[in-house]
Amino acid sequence: MATTQTKTAARFMMSPAILLLLGWMIIPLSMTIWFSFQRYNLLMPGTEEWAGWLNYRYFLTDPAFFSAMANTLLLVGGVLFVTVVGGVLFGLLLDQAIYGQGIVRILVIAPFFVMPTVSALVWKNMFMNPVNGLFAWIAKLFGFAPFDFLAHAPLFSVTMIVAWSWLPFATLILLTALQSLDSEQKEAAEMDGAGPVSVFIYITLPHLARAITVVVLIETIFLLSVFAEILVTTNGGPGYDSTNLTYLVYSQALLTFDVGGASAGGIIAVILANIVAVFLVRIVGKNLES
Amino acid sequence: MGHITLKNVSKAFGETVVIPGLDLEINEGEFVVFVGPSGCGKSTLLRLIAGLEDISGGAINIAGQDMTNVGPAKRGLSMVFQSYALYPHMSVRKNIAFPLKMAGESQEVIDKKIADASRVLNLTDYLDRKPGQLSGGQRQRVAIGRAIVRSPQAFLFDEPLSNLDAALRVNMRLEISELHQQLKTTMIYVTHDQVEAMTMADKIVVLHAGRVEQVGSPLELYHKPQNRFVAGFIGSPAMNFFEGDLAKEYDCHAIGVRPEHLRLSTDEGKWEGTVGIAEHLGSDTFVHIDVPGQHSVLVRVPGDIAVKYGDKVFMTPDADTMHRFDGKGLHL
Repeated sequence: MATTQTKTAARFMMSPAILLLLGWMIIPLSMTIWFSFQRYNLLMPGTEEWAGWLNYRYFLTDPAFFSAMANTLLLVGGVLFVTVVGGVLFGLLLDQAIYGQGIVRILVIAPFFVMPTVSALVWKNMFMNPVNGLFAWIAKLFGFAPFDFLAHAPLFSVTMIVAWSWLPFATLILLTALQSLDSEQKEAAEMDGAGPVSVFIYITLPHLARAITVVVLIETIFLLSVFAEILVTTNGGPGYDSTNLTYLVYSQALLTFDVGGASAGGIIAVILANIVAVFLVRIVGKNLES
Repeated sequence: MGHITLKNVSKAFGETVVIPGLDLEINEGEFVVFVGPSGCGKSTLLRLIAGLEDISGGAINIAGQDMTNVGPAKRGLSMVFQSYALYPHMSVRKNIAFPLKMAGESQEVIDKKIADASRVLNLTDYLDRKPGQLSGGQRQRVAIGRAIVRSPQAFLFDEPLSNLDAALRVNMRLEISELHQQLKTTMIYVTHDQVEAMTMADKIVVLHAGRVEQVGSPLELYHKPQNRFVAGFIGSPAMNFFEGDLAKEYDCHAIGVRPEHLRLSTDEGKWEGTVGIAEHLGSDTFVHIDVPGQHSVLVRVPGDIAVKYGDKVFMTPDADTMHRFDGKGLHL
């Protein structure tokens, strides 16, 4: 039991870390908010002045903003779908006793350790390249015209690349969840007349619900800010076809040098992320209770 | 109906032979208890009957049909697991309904069977709770409820009471015996606790290292153990064994006398020893006595007796209830 004294002491001792973290967050945030209300373009130094809501109006009425929003949601949703479904299937496979289990598991986890820029480059040049890529070679082998993934299905391609690097994470979490499933429960279900599919639907999936929520929550946080894969492969294009919010903010700030506009975009992204977070935390909180 | 026959059933996990080959008859409506020390293969034997493990050799016959290669769901058996194995995300109602739902029963039939089972097991008030909100005894009853709604050929119990506290265990023991009297279905019950075996069984199967040591009614095993293992395992407190010169006198390798069949006296008797610890239970007193050249000997005295640590006492065995064993441990 914590007494009043120990609580006070604990708060006192935690305060340096908390204050540091708070400053770490609050200073950049307030600077961004300040910049977002400024007319601040790096190409026109010395003309900084108070701009009011102009930057926000400009950013929110930009047609690129809406496609970026849609792309962000599609990217996050697509990657979540692929990693959760794929993670469950891989988890089920890896849960079986097989020869060379340890090596197979390491191989499956490996993509997670590849840096985003590197994995995107590998995919771009070695797999999806319409001339030299592996997919093009396979297409030609069967007599089809090679498909230029990054030009014709840019968002899909980026989704695949990101999903590839996040699949191991989902697999790992779901595999450990699978391993914690009581084997007597499966046996009981078997004796109750449930076939493999029924066991999966009625026993395994409900058992995995918690782990799946954790995967969704953690991945969403990171996937809202996917950037490197887009920069390396499509540069947000063609047009705005693979531009997400993060990339839009980047292009605003460092391609058109409009710091004020980019800051406004950044603040909008923060607000959107928080809306998503509130919903997610509610759902997850409900699921993690009991 | 619920007649189960095992013919030369054997089981090996890789090189390790758990059950070398075993024959057993279980009659319709019998309450059979498999008892033995841990690692004797009793749970494995139950899982072989259930179909959760494949047998390495022999045949299993249930209700007149060869079930050797039939899956667990099709054998018409229900099992209650040691951990209860309730489905944690389902309510009690859904847990009990699960086997019926898998069998494709109509909602009407399911509702009726749940109502019947929950009445028998006093679960009516708990039907909408999750297993996590139930006590150990209630969970146990849900597990039994899930087993009885299927109206199986036989029930299999795998150490179902070992997770309960002592008082509850005695209660559940009675409830399961009561259930057996009502349902008259064949039951196979695995336990390492010989008290459970003695109190519940119509027939006890004593297992040791995958072999059947003896099959018989509880009192048969108590009065006529076929070998030294059964003699030592059945009965509480365990039988005293005497070897060496004391046994030679009776022309055998070892003699066994149960603690309740030794007469204790402070002035005269056959064997002499010094009192060690005396355990006073009220109704009985267990006196541990050190006899030179023997293990500590336990004597059970009805009521109380005025002996204290270090006293010299005498014991006399009852000639009628004494068991004699040869060098191989067989009863003479």
